[in-house]
Amino acid sequence: MEKSKEWPLWEVFIRSKQGLNHKHVGSLRASDATMAIKNARDVYTRRSEGISIWVVPSNNITASDPNNEDSLFEPAQSKVYRHPTFYDVPDGISHM
Amino acid sequence: MMEIDIKELEKNFQKKIDKDIRIEPNDWMPDAYRKTLIRQISQHAHSEVVGMLPEGNWITRAPNLRRKAVLLAKVQDEAGHGLYLYSAAETLGADREQTIDDLHSGKAKYSSIFNYPTLSWADMGAIGWLVDGAAIMNQVPLCRCSYGPYARAMVRVCKEESFHQRQGFEIMTKLAAGTQAQKEMAQDAFNRFWWPALMMFGPSDADSSHTEQSMNWKIKRHTNDELRQMFVDATVPQAELIGLTIPDKDLKWNEAKDGYDYGAINWDEFWQVVGGNGPCNKERVDARRKAKDDGKWVVEAAMAFAQKRSAKKSA
Amino acid sequence: MTKQEALYQYLLRMGDDSLILGQRLSELCGHGPILEEDIATTNISLDLIGQATLLLEYAGSLADEPKSNDELAFLRIEKEYTNTLLVEQPNGNFGDTMMRQFLFDAYRKPLLEHLLQSTDIRLSGIAEKALKETKYHLRHSSEWVIRLGDGTAESHDKIQAALDALYRYADELFFENEVDAVLLKKGIIPSAKIIFPFWKKTVTEVLEMATIAIPKNNWKFQGGREGRHSEHMGFLLAEMQYMQRTYPNMEW
Repeated sequence: MEKSKEWPLWEVFIRSKQGLNHKHVGSLRASDATMAIKNARDVYTRRSEGISIWVVPSNNITASDPNNEDSLFEPAQSKVYRHPTFYDVPDGISHM
Repeated sequence: MMEIDIKELEKNFQKKIDKDIRIEPNDWMPDAYRKTLIRQISQHAHSEVVGMLPEGNWITRAPNLRRKAVLLAKVQDEAGHGLYLYSAAETLGADREQTIDDLHSGKAKYSSIFNYPTLSWADMGAIGWLVDGAAIMNQVPLCRCSYGPYARAMVRVCKEESFHQRQGFEIMTKLAAGTQAQKEMAQDAFNRFWWPALMMFGPSDADSSHTEQSMNWKIKRHTNDELRQMFVDATVPQAELIGLTIPDKDLKWNEAKDGYDYGAINWDEFWQVVGGNGPCNKERVDARRKAKDDGKWVVEAAMAFAQKRSAKKSA
Repeated sequence: MTKQEALYQYLLRMGDDSLILGQRLSELCGHGPILEEDIATTNISLDLIGQATLLLEYAGSLADEPKSNDELAFLRIEKEYTNTLLVEQPNGNFGDTMMRQFLFDAYRKPLLEHLLQSTDIRLSGIAEKALKETKYHLRHSSEWVIRLGDGTAESHDKIQAALDALYRYADELFFENEVDAVLLKKGIIPSAKIIFPFWKKTVTEVLEMATIAIPKNNWKFQGGREGRHSEHMGFLLAEMQYMQRTYPNMEW
């Protein structure tokens, strides 16, 4: 079969319950978005794993380059003052 | 890339592996690691999908409504597992269609157990109990495999598969406690599937070509013989409990190793079946090829329809 | 005919439609055109077998001598099954399978919607569960009919041929006899005449989007509802009943 006839790949994101983020669960093939949603329902929620589905064509995802990992993510590691545990709070103060 | 760079990359890669840091799709990895994974994951995917056929053979003849629904759900899960695994292989650049074509051309292998025929309803019990049991032994350690997408797929698979072995054992338990005809049916299925199930773990460590490298890469966490021993030790008491006889006159408890000694596996048979001479190799691959060939016009039509619609939208 | 007898008969009809169509779809497990669709078809099959389980269980409780759903599913003779001829037709190609499903779903959905109002609480309860599933089935089958109809020239011809072959069986979905008369009077079921326009509307809309035409030859086949089946039925039952017939009176 010619390659161009193959259905495109979609990435599937599922919200498992109200109040939680959609989370990436895997991928599948579908000819269009409608079918991708339905296939996602049948493939990834057979055991009531979700209440909401997103699908995105895989080739529409832009990913960060793992070779730039250091310059992208390490600077954040040194900024410890962004985390509440950085600060001293006197004993006796409970909700802060 | 310069050789010195590759050496450096390989060193860093192994360092990550040794520190149990997972490898993700876009990370640098040695070609051999990628190839080994593609081979293993796609074989695993093929095994799930081909594995639908021997059990699918009994869905229409399941003895009651409950068993029919359970078997359908189980075989359907296998399609899902095949899909998760093909997806994991795609993250390594292995196009699903190409991978499947390799199965159909005979280039790719799958678990040889599925080349044995399912001759009675009891075979549904034997497969669920023994074959899924052996698969779980293999798969649980794979949840900690060094390649992220494969490990995550296995977590999903293992979670879903926990009912598969139970439903098989339940079928066997019922038969073993049933009429004479049912008992015989159960023992016969057990006799036929016991040895092929032991073969599922692959050749002895001494003859296994991939084991050492795969262990270093943490694609594999136990050797074939270790897993096989775990399976025998777990299964023998289960068989005894429901009154089935292990078809191995050499089987006996070995106090010193705290495990069972078992008889010699017929590796000639194993290699013959792997090589294409099992009772059902041709039927299995033919059935998968036919499904794809028969579905070709459907796949094309859906694509043509999608293209027409998106053209209309943008017009 | 008493109300109980009529309800028994009616539940058998519905249960048999679900059972036989579910059985047909289950033949395809492992043989779908692509894995994703294999899983979807199996889901529909599972839903239908689940519906059959509930419907036949209820029917069995109303029989003169109470029977289990398994006895009804596996141990009747061919003449005692009252599914429509449509659902027992062989799977054929994927287009045939989807068209058979679509013609059935387009009838089943409005039927179940009306059964929500049934004065029989147990039946309306079953309808409520089945309706959620059937809505999804109808979406699935109608999307495929449209896709194949408006896909390639080959798929268009195939789905048209499927309609040409199956349309003659659709009329029987609206079969009525004294069973219906008795139950209608008690407000247990809707009249098939009420369901028909809903079916017609769905079918007209979907076939139009699929760019395929209702066959001109309007010849109709009936018989399944009265136990007169097609040649295919005997083989389907031989396979389905194999275990129960070969090993009678055993637990599985």
